[in-house]
Amino acid sequence: MGQAKETKSGAVMVVGGGVAGVQAALDLTELGYYVYLVEKSAAIGGAMAQLDKTFPTNDCSL
Amino acid sequence: MEAGRSPNIEILSNADLLELSGKPGNFTAKLQIRPRYIDAEKCTACGLCTQYCPRHLVDQYNEGLAVTRPIHIDYPQAVPASYFIDPKGCLHLQHGTCQICVPVCRSKAIDFSQKPEAKELKIGAVIVAPGFGRISTDTLAKYSYGKHADVLTSLEFERLLCASGPFEGEVKCLTDHRHPKRIAFIQCVGSRDLGCDNGYCSSVCCMYAIKEALVAKEHDPEVEITIYYMDMRTQGKDFDLARLKAEAKGIKFVRARVADVMPWNKQLKLTYSLLDGTHHFEGFDMVVLSVGLDAPADAKNLANIAGFELNHYDFCQTETFAPLLTTKPGVFVAGAFQGPKDIPESVTQSSAAAGIASALIKKDRNKGYVVKSYPKERELTKDEEVRIGVFVCHCGINIGSVVDVPLVEQYTEGMEGVVYHAQSLYSCSQDAQEVIKQKIKEHNLNRVVVAACSPRTHEPLFQETLKDAGLNRCLFEMVNIRDQCSWVHATEPAAATAKSKDLVRMGIAKARHIKPLPEQTVPVISKALVLGGGIAGMTAALNLAEQGFHTTIVEKGETLGGHLQHLSYTLRGDNVAQQLKEVSDQVKKHKLIEVMTNTEVAEVSGFVGNFSSRLVTRKGKSAKESTLDHGVIIIATGGREHRPEKVLGNEIKYSNKIVTQAELEKRLAGKAKDRAPESTVMIQCAGSRGDDLAYCSKVCCNHAVKNALKIKELDSAAQVVVLYRDMRTYGYAEDAYREAREKGVVFIPYSMENKPKIAGSGKSLKVTFYDPILREEVTMTPELLTLSVGIVPEGTEELSKLLKVPVNQDKFYLEAHVKLRPVELPVSGVYVCGLAHSPKPVDEIVVQAQAAAAKAAMPLVKGHVSVEPTVSSVDKELCIGCGLCESLCPYQAIRVTKDESGKRKAETITASCKGCGICASHCPVFAISMGGFTDEQITAQIKAFGETGNKE
Ligand SMILES: Cc1cc2nc3c(=O)[nH]c(=O)nc-3n(C[C@H](O)[C@H](O)[C@H](O)COP(=O)(O)OP(=O)(O)OC[C@H]3O[C@@H](n4cnc5c(N)ncnc54)[C@H](O)[C@@H]3O)c2cc1C
Ligand code: SF4
Ligand code: SF4
Repeated sequence: MGQAKETKSGAVMVVGGGVAGVQAALDLTELGYYVYLVEKSAAIGGAMAQLDKTFPTNDCSL
Repeated sequence: MEAGRSPNIEILSNADLLELSGKPGNFTAKLQIRPRYIDAEKCTACGLCTQYCPRHLVDQYNEGLAVTRPIHIDYPQAVPASYFIDPKGCLHLQHGTCQICVPVCRSKAIDFSQKPEAKELKIGAVIVAPGFGRISTDTLAKYSYGKHADVLTSLEFERLLCASGPFEGEVKCLTDHRHPKRIAFIQCVGSRDLGCDNGYCSSVCCMYAIKEALVAKEHDPEVEITIYYMDMRTQGKDFDLARLKAEAKGIKFVRARVADVMPWNKQLKLTYSLLDGTHHFEGFDMVVLSVGLDAPADAKNLANIAGFELNHYDFCQTETFAPLLTTKPGVFVAGAFQGPKDIPESVTQSSAAAGIASALIKKDRNKGYVVKSYPKERELTKDEEVRIGVFVCHCGINIGSVVDVPLVEQYTEGMEGVVYHAQSLYSCSQDAQEVIKQKIKEHNLNRVVVAACSPRTHEPLFQETLKDAGLNRCLFEMVNIRDQCSWVHATEPAAATAKSKDLVRMGIAKARHIKPLPEQTVPVISKALVLGGGIAGMTAALNLAEQGFHTTIVEKGETLGGHLQHLSYTLRGDNVAQQLKEVSDQVKKHKLIEVMTNTEVAEVSGFVGNFSSRLVTRKGKSAKESTLDHGVIIIATGGREHRPEKVLGNEIKYSNKIVTQAELEKRLAGKAKDRAPESTVMIQCAGSRGDDLAYCSKVCCNHAVKNALKIKELDSAAQVVVLYRDMRTYGYAEDAYREAREKGVVFIPYSMENKPKIAGSGKSLKVTFYDPILREEVTMTPELLTLSVGIVPEGTEELSKLLKVPVNQDKFYLEAHVKLRPVELPVSGVYVCGLAHSPKPVDEIVVQAQAAAAKAAMPLVKGHVSVEPTVSSVDKELCIGCGLCESLCPYQAIRVTKDESGKRKAETITASCKGCGICASHCPVFAISMGGFTDEQITAQIKAFGETGNKE
């Protein structure tokens, strides 16, 4: 196994890359932090990426 | 998605968390990154490999309704935008054969030698957001799911409705591809059902079922849809309107329990029982199961690794007054994993969790933050010759297979101002950026036109490249020959090529007129003002102060605490007074918080970063004025109990016999021996949901259940009857609702066609209602009548005018975007939380307040607000001071002031301007122009359309 070590202070790890995880990551960067967004599947987006239109605004989901 | 572009977000996909050690502020996480077998840096997402891969694989993204290949991407906009190989289906990874894809890939991205990679991260805080899991198929089996292909889950149905779904958005039966004439939705599948261990309500399925039904109706207005439900829980802000719309469109709602679904000739037979116990059946072409949100499949594993506890449903364990703290310090939770919830609430929790994490590690703020630096911008001299460079993109085969890219490129040769033109295979790739930079230098370009895909996704990337090359980013023009040419005219290559030429010619014409625009920033006063000292205001102030920002709370009453001072306990048994005291003590002790009671705002001026407020503090008869300068405002002015004089058509005289739930709660929390009434009738929606107030007040169903349980606790023989329309005990409150029924509280639904009648008062008090189980009118003479009255916002009319922010039809503040910006108001720098936003229970209020604080902290953290250069600007010479623009601007970003000579002139407040252009398009004397979209530029572009260029 390859090894990689990250030593950055002021970083936060977000586990789960659905709409909740992505929003948390974006907001953390706006607050001055570096973010590792850890997602177990191959792409972020979670359930919302599968939805057609979403209430309440019914615009497309992404 | 934005997250893919931020230099401060590192996306680690295909990754598993293996270990978390350390303490808050200083954690170490060990991860394993599984191989994609495709180099994400090299993969251009062209899709060629998928076409060549010989194996089939069930497409999970399409909920198993379609097939894909082991080598694939879930959807074109996926981030990371790289294909991956699912090892489960791959011939090479399973059997060591095939490898067809390797030579196919032009970017040589496929790499079967990739191995799992270990990674160790140093982090200060953790936010867990693993979402929700799927209801097991065993639970669905009783509805013939898995046995009959036309029984679908709502997620599968969602894929059917979607243009990127298996039938490109057409709803067809999976059995024989006929269009269904009759569709049934069954609610609460896998929710509110102890049979599958999910006693809670999933909170979102009523709303999404209505959404899906409405969309299906849009696709095919002839389709008949029936929704079978127990309670329609559309308690969210404005959600009841959607239900009314659905009813108006002919969607049928039937309150019933569905016993089973069985195949029936070509159709499905659905058997259900009504409240009165009668059984019925009906035939449908398609049955959609409104599946609930289960706990994520690996919740236990994650909880073990990260070291926090789960609740009895395997969701994350949290407390009412600290809804986002897991039991492990430094680990926070957000989204559906905290409890089933919709997108607006998930997004709110995310902002809140970010704010809490930020407070925890504020000493490390900006330490790991990557700030990009750019070379000094080259200034264009006054009459510098226009030198345009044009880059036409093949986008792999995406554009190149339809549009004749070389021809389009050659077409630009000799056009006025064009000094360089080239093609590129992928103009968005990293090496293409280097080429663009190099060509800018080499040919001294001062305008760049890229003909490729959508500016919506790619403009920022190219603008960044210009900045890297020392050019102002506004000297860029993008032409979309993918969406507008190769995609929409995929079958007519000649026409697509001709249109590409037209668009490129027009883009170049506009580019000749584009000018550099200044990057503007406005400094920010690093202080916050919070209006309202209830639980929302206090929570917001605490979070801001913990993040390091000075905050003033302005409270018009004498004490902190607000509405919660009238409550004694919560549904989950928290002691409200004690919790409230803890919070207000913290507020009073915090060095960065100033509390001003008996105070109100009289005037607010300024804009984001630079507000100035006039405050009036009253003491007895005297009033003292002060001014406060601050950068942001949080509105947390709350709401109060609505005391309707008429309930369901009955005149109400409140007395000790006819009380509200809050009054009953006070009595039950008291010391009197006979405080639990022997018999009580509670009437739900008293004044809400179209009775007097249009909306659902969201908390009164919980309130009724809470008080009913309290009565039963004090006197198990007491009689409690609750008359309701829909019991909206969503989420975990469903547990309490079930407990109340088990303890003998009687719940009887009423309809608006047959409302309860109230007569007499005192001893002669009578309530008459229709009992659908007995199928007859019943009259009761209860000791007490309790009305579940609703909630109205407090003083929003005056304050909204003062702050120039909008309210909705119900007088609650109107957020900037319900789903994506739920706590921001359209006016920059102004945020809202709590009952001022909409009725909601305490835990949701706490989250919303924390979210508002996180959002409000953003400009304070930056110390400045940066302004998009595409803002309006006013030509003072032309302006006649009519003020039309000021009245039209939705963001309060343009105002009329007097200039030195006393003439009325409009001016843009650049910090607030969003560049929408409404002002410019309405100005009667054309005095307003929009940066990047001047009349001159647009006219040049339109003129160029009429010309056929210099070559044809
Ligand atoms: C049929 C249906 C329709 C819906 N329609 C709407 C609607 O119209 N409007 C609306 O507001 N809401 C709707 N919802 C609800 C909406 O889907 C949720 O509110 C939302 O997706 C929750 O976001 P989340 O980020 O918390 O979870 P998710 O979207 O589930 O994302 C969680 C992510 O975390 C990842 N993950 C899980 N475990 C781990 C782990 N251990 N390590 C790393 N990563 C992990 C997952 O792979 C996933 O990417 C609907 C739900 C359903 C089922
Ligand atoms: S090696 Fe695997 S991914 Fe590549 S073509 Fe063969 S089956 Fe598909
Ligand atoms: S009682 Fe209150 S919460 Fe329940 S449905 Fe009526 S308005 Fe909504």
